[in-house]
Amino acid sequence: MVELSIFQGVSWNVVSDVQQLFSYPFMVNALEAGTIVAVMAGVTGWFMVLRRQTFAGHTLSVIAFPGAAAASLAGLPLAVGYFGFCGLGALALAGIAGSRRSLSGESAAIGSLQALALALGFLFVSLYQGILNGLDSLLFGTFLGITSDQVTVLLVVAAVTLVLVCVAGRPLFFASVDADVARAAGVPVQLLGFGFLLVLGLSVAETSQITGALLVFSLLVTPAATAHQLTARPGLGIALSVAIALAVTWLGLALAYFSIYPVGFYVTSLAFGIYVLVRLGRGILDRPRATARLAGATS
Amino acid sequence: MFAHEFMRNALIAGTFVGLACGLVGYFVVLRAQVFAGDALSHVAFTGALAAAVLGYDVLAGVFVATILGGVLMGLLGDRARADDVTIGTLFAWTLGLGVLFLSIFTTQKSAGNGTAGVRVLFGSIFGLSGTDVRRSVILAVVVAALLLAIARPLLFATLDGAVAAAQGVPVRALGLAFLALLGLVAAQATQAVGALLLLGLLAAPAGAAHLLSTHPYRGLALSAVLATGSVWVGLTLSYVFPSLPPSSMIIAVAVGIYILALVAAALHDPRAVWQRLANLGTPAESAHAHEH
Repeated sequence: MVELSIFQGVSWNVVSDVQQLFSYPFMVNALEAGTIVAVMAGVTGWFMVLRRQTFAGHTLSVIAFPGAAAASLAGLPLAVGYFGFCGLGALALAGIAGSRRSLSGESAAIGSLQALALALGFLFVSLYQGILNGLDSLLFGTFLGITSDQVTVLLVVAAVTLVLVCVAGRPLFFASVDADVARAAGVPVQLLGFGFLLVLGLSVAETSQITGALLVFSLLVTPAATAHQLTARPGLGIALSVAIALAVTWLGLALAYFSIYPVGFYVTSLAFGIYVLVRLGRGILDRPRATARLAGATS
Repeated sequence: MFAHEFMRNALIAGTFVGLACGLVGYFVVLRAQVFAGDALSHVAFTGALAAAVLGYDVLAGVFVATILGGVLMGLLGDRARADDVTIGTLFAWTLGLGVLFLSIFTTQKSAGNGTAGVRVLFGSIFGLSGTDVRRSVILAVVVAALLLAIARPLLFATLDGAVAAAQGVPVRALGLAFLALLGLVAAQATQAVGALLLLGLLAAPAGAAHLLSTHPYRGLALSAVLATGSVWVGLTLSYVFPSLPPSSMIIAVAVGIYILALVAAALHDPRAVWQRLANLGTPAESAHAHEH
């Protein structure tokens, strides 16, 4: 009974279910947008986890919220607010990273930036009286009502960022893994760091239009963290990260279509479920090796 | 301003929330655990809504969730300093769970609950009752007492974990206790500034205090004073201009103070700034290299 009330209109015939998914233009748009977003988040997220910039990434994704709120307050298209604020946020974060503060100073600065962004977002939303329904979708996303124009914009931005990542991928990897050696080899480490934050900002701005500002982070970090658990090889890792992000997004959208609960819940839960399975699987696989190592150490 | 009961309640509760956040925040910044505070703020959101859906007291839900969250984060990381990626993955999912509870809550009990999520996320300091105020005062006193009791060994363990451990200081237990304490403060602050904004009250005043003083106890006191001051000024601003939400104003003031402290530190030592600027293009030790 519970299942019946949660999932509506779903049958055991998978083919007809999938056909039903594609029969509405809004759902086709949502799936297209979800695909673009998942590819971007998978790629940039992999580098974010590699560079251990999860806190910066989360702050950037939160900055999308005041961006959208400011845009609706000023009557501008939401995309302007998303991209503008995320760009500014990337600049600010690069400034923080470049100022060579200690680790604790850096974390305080990023935290303050994030809190300020959220405070501004709430301020804008309060000033803009239209509020509450809008607030929930800004924070938690909606996959309804994505227009084909939006999909085009997403596609263009995604293409640009992916080209940038392809061009700078090798030196970026080098700089992320061993900054000192890369610098000695003449790689512009700081410039790459700043460029990466900008790319991260772009992809966060894209993703938050679908998942909402608060849930972007799950699409950025979880598939990438899973991929890093599975392999250390960059090419394979990025491919895995993208594949997981895609699978999670498609499944999440489909589940949300047939049920009454929000897409954000399904996407985050599926991603987290895969992550936990992989961690557990690794734990089991690594155990014999670990005991062997211990035995070797004691003998 | 003091004639209104809601304003008196807000000021009293705000003072003690600020005090607790400032004290704990000082160590949060010192231990570079602001990200853990960030994660706890999301846990607080989910805890509150889960309690609301299941029909328990919302505040109780927040407390259980944040304290458990703090301990869990401590257990996940080695030496009670949790790993960023693990924390991030975990709280991304927690938030997704929170969204589920939010949607159940808003559909299930239709009228009047539409704003529940907003209240939890951004606080409702002008809506506190006398009981809420008493509770936050007691909590702040307990937190302050506990923190001051472990302050000395905690400081030692934070600044040089290896030496502290060699001297018999229980570094790991201290780290866990501290994260649990952080959970307690996060729950308390959720009431005042909301789950999303409590990070500002933890990070900004403490960050400013670290910039202005290197002396630990002076810094600790300064951090508490700055946090409390931010609450007062923020509340006053919101009272004078009713269209400005109180939680946003409190955080804006706190971050404003932090920026002033940055400027003051720069003016105090202009040579360091020039050196930093000149060094921008040349080898800089990244914070991550620092960590490992």
